Amino acid sequence: MPDEIQPIGASSPAEKPAEENKAVPSTASTSPAAELPATPAEAKPPNPEAPKQPTADKPVAAAENPAAAAKLKAPAAAQPAVAGAAKPAATGAAAKPPAAPPKPPAPKTDPWESPLIEKLRQAYGSGLREASTYMRQNYMVVDKSIASDVLRHLRDQEQFDYCVDVTAVHYPKRDEQFEVIWILYSFARNQRIRVKTQIKEGEPVPSAVSLWPTANWLEREVFDMFGILFTGHPDLRRILMPDGWKGHPLRKDYGLMQQDEQWVKTNLGIESGQ
Amino acid sequence: MSESKFYENTEWQETGKTFLDSNEMILNMGPQHPSTHGVLRVILKLDGEKVLGTDCVIGYLHRGVEKIAENRTYAQFNPYVDRMDYVAAVSNGLGYCEAVEKLLGVEAPERAQYIRVILTELNRLASHQVWLGTHALDIGALTPLFYCFRDREEILKIFEKYCGARLTTHAFRIGGCQYEIYEGFEKEVLDYCDFVLPKIDEYEELLTTNRIWVKRTKGVGVLSGAECIELGATGPVLRGSGVQWDLRKAQPYAAYAKFEFDIPIGKNGDTYDRYLVRIEEMRQSVRILRQAASGIPEGPILAKVPKVLRPPAGEIYHSIEAPKGELGYFIVSDGSTQPYRVRVRPPSFVNLQTLDKMVRGWLVADVVAVIGTLDIVLGEVDR
Repeated sequence: MPDEIQPIGASSPAEKPAEENKAVPSTASTSPAAELPATPAEAKPPNPEAPKQPTADKPVAAAENPAAAAKLKAPAAAQPAVAGAAKPAATGAAAKPPAAPPKPPAPKTDPWESPLIEKLRQAYGSGLREASTYMRQNYMVVDKSIASDVLRHLRDQEQFDYCVDVTAVHYPKRDEQFEVIWILYSFARNQRIRVKTQIKEGEPVPSAVSLWPTANWLEREVFDMFGILFTGHPDLRRILMPDGWKGHPLRKDYGLMQQDEQWVKTNLGIESGQ
Repeated sequence: MSESKFYENTEWQETGKTFLDSNEMILNMGPQHPSTHGVLRVILKLDGEKVLGTDCVIGYLHRGVEKIAENRTYAQFNPYVDRMDYVAAVSNGLGYCEAVEKLLGVEAPERAQYIRVILTELNRLASHQVWLGTHALDIGALTPLFYCFRDREEILKIFEKYCGARLTTHAFRIGGCQYEIYEGFEKEVLDYCDFVLPKIDEYEELLTTNRIWVKRTKGVGVLSGAECIELGATGPVLRGSGVQWDLRKAQPYAAYAKFEFDIPIGKNGDTYDRYLVRIEEMRQSVRILRQAASGIPEGPILAKVPKVLRPPAGEIYHSIEAPKGELGYFIVSDGSTQPYRVRVRPPSFVNLQTLDKMVRGWLVADVVAVIGTLDIVLGEVDR
């Protein structure tokens, strides 16, 4: 018996994933804790890329080569899209200055240039509405109609094999009220991206359960909290709120004090709201 | 908290037979069941003792943390995150504070980062001790519970001395730490390291070669690395299946880049390997603690942050390696004092989803073992 018990010892270095080249000092980041330091294509444009990526051992990493990214200069269409569609909360940015006098200039949303985006742009054209980098985190906004294809492409072609999260944000003042967000991670690239799509009230979104089974509960939670429907979901029902609850709590128009009074009264026997 | 059509789809209902013609049975496990670690309800479809399928009913502890966040300022929301994974409150706080700091564009001073690492690693130890004690108890080994809680007590004493609270610590502030470390803090941490290492050996003596333990855990609840990835399982569950991935190494945060430690991995992806991984993680935590506690740099503990926090409009996702897996915060700011949206990516919630895959075809008793090995905290699953 005892000889089949193999305590797991310290890791063998050969098995360590690609983030080993984390040790390479990244010129783009001020801190070692900076996100995505291993992928030079994500560095801010003004940075010279020269000293980085001495260990481009992976084909993907090589493809992400900054030189290549620089060559594939963005189609001009990308720029207005960033300025126009991004961040309707510009009013909020205006309210910021009085907070702290010596504050550095507000972080900018830069266009995100990489071979990955270039490929998607070729395939889907204007369906890819926006591809940006904010605080060294990359995200793209895609049309609802191609969302499923883009996700499939990212999983199959670009090694984004881990769906970290599916969530949504409600912007009641917009025409397309809901933003559904998929956060994806690639183990091979050690890179995290967000894919977003915007939908109108009542519009369904294609489910990602067939791509990542983990989306099952995550989408159920989005449905529960926002009332967003996912087409193709095997079992779309509430997950956190009780059965028969009225309303979707994370919508901005959900009254915090006016919970589902009926439910609370019949099930708990108390007056709700206080 | 929704029940499926589980009840309707049983074999005898479909074919028009009576239930006497079938061996299928529906069994409710929980929500008030000692081995569900809180209020988890699992509806089991059984054939004799064999599990044909499961359905988790969750939400009994739902407090609407994400909604609360939208109605609090950034600093006001900070204590609430402690109430999610209440056995690892420090990790929750670290993730939240770092996410907001990222959004603000500030960085905690080095000294604060060291203090953060020390407290977080202590908390990882405490969390793993709670896990081991309760997991072993579920399987029938009573003694480890007492050993683990005895040793965890010392960690809670350090927390209490540092910030006045034992469980929901609220130890960190946005921008660093609120409190300077107390006199003799480093020594107490180092003493604890010396104290706990033999204790970890003691836990192993009780279990690692224990015949009952091995029989109950080896080969039970097997998940391959690929299955873990597609089901989104992280933390020790993923590492137990042989995927060497830890956010502390993959995308280092706080001061983790400065410390040497290994990521233990398992081979078979079963309950036994996950047990070994967590045990080894405790030893690695001690390694980090020793390095951190003996090298706390001088300096301020709080970065310059304005009294009223108004992060510029934008979105950020930041995640840390909590004891249970990847704990992420997705924060949307509209430039006001309150977050527009805070999304918590809870590791327990996502890991719990693997339960069905792990127990199908196994026995009821294994369900208990698998729930234990997932190390879920219902406060975090339900939020």
